[in-house]
Amino acid sequence: MKKIYLLLLMGMYSTGLFAQGYEVGDIATDFRLLNVDGNYVSMADYEDAKGIVLIFSCNHCPYVVAYEDRMIELHNTYAPKGFPLVAVNPNDSIAEPRDSYTKMIERAEEKNFPFDYLLDANQLIYPEYGATRTPHVYLLEKEGDQFRVAYIGAIDDNYRDASAVEEHFLANAIDALLAGERPDPEYTRAIGCTIKVQN
Amino acid sequence: MKYIGTITMLAFFAVLNLSKAHGLPTSAEAKEVEVMDFDTFLPRLEMDNDSVYVINFWATWCAPCVRELPAFEQLNETYSDQKVKVILVSLDNPDLIDDRVIPFMERMGLQSEVILLDDPNSNRWIPLVSEEWSGAIPATVIYSAGHRSFHEREFEFEELEEIVLPLIQ
Repeated sequence: MKKIYLLLLMGMYSTGLFAQGYEVGDIATDFRLLNVDGNYVSMADYEDAKGIVLIFSCNHCPYVVAYEDRMIELHNTYAPKGFPLVAVNPNDSIAEPRDSYTKMIERAEEKNFPFDYLLDANQLIYPEYGATRTPHVYLLEKEGDQFRVAYIGAIDDNYRDASAVEEHFLANAIDALLAGERPDPEYTRAIGCTIKVQN
Repeated sequence: MKYIGTITMLAFFAVLNLSKAHGLPTSAEAKEVEVMDFDTFLPRLEMDNDSVYVINFWATWCAPCVRELPAFEQLNETYSDQKVKVILVSLDNPDLIDDRVIPFMERMGLQSEVILLDDPNSNRWIPLVSEEWSGAIPATVIYSAGHRSFHEREFEFEELEEIVLPLIQ
């Protein structure tokens, strides 16, 4: 029986079923990652939250930089409503030295990030989520002790100009959850920087 | 007078070859960059003829993209007399064309066609390029009559050649 399970598991790996990461509706696994303040943070630490706006992010990517101010604003708007933003840097610091832990601390201080900015130091979390780029948003809704994926994708439809945004995908998705509705759309896409791994 | 011109030409090419051999930037004029929105660009993803189209999405700030650009340039050069069309689609900010994109193209001596896609609503057009595309770059579409493939990855020249060669008519 064990063997069959193993074969099944191997089959799932080879068909890429696991490699694709989370879909909307999946339960997101908790993590324990180092924050820029020197403490380790888990999703479970957000006891009073209704959910978490998890954004795979970094320092160097121009698309992230273009969104930093909007990320701060989103946190300031939605953390009091129960949806704090949590940024996770998935990049390897040897492949991209500008995304090292030290540089994360510098960036967080420069921009005075009001949200936690965590390092996926072992690069184990982003593949599980299926993140492929920065920025890459996973909106999670709390359900008892668990967090369920409610929306995956982009922050909005215009990285270049916040004032020209027509659809605030992420904000609309959070508003939907707050109103007890499902986000529509549940998936969006955006151009971003590939996650950096060592060759 | 004529042979002075020839000598100048020869010297020019010698310098060109030398700099190429050493992998240094060439002084060759890079092509112009054409700026367009996605709807204007779309026909290039759907050309119905006997050429092989290799369309690479990149940006000057994207390190893996910059790393693989020479492979696309080599493909363009190697098969210049065949029906192979390389198009390099920059996703740089259009405000940075003069300060960043054109100087970069000149430094790299890019000879393939370069288009700058000026269309910030990427959620709309990413699936139109490929349903498989998550949005990360580099990304490449290779198509010809009877073949279409999408690749969200970095390429070496030999890997590109392996896909393109069997498609050349």
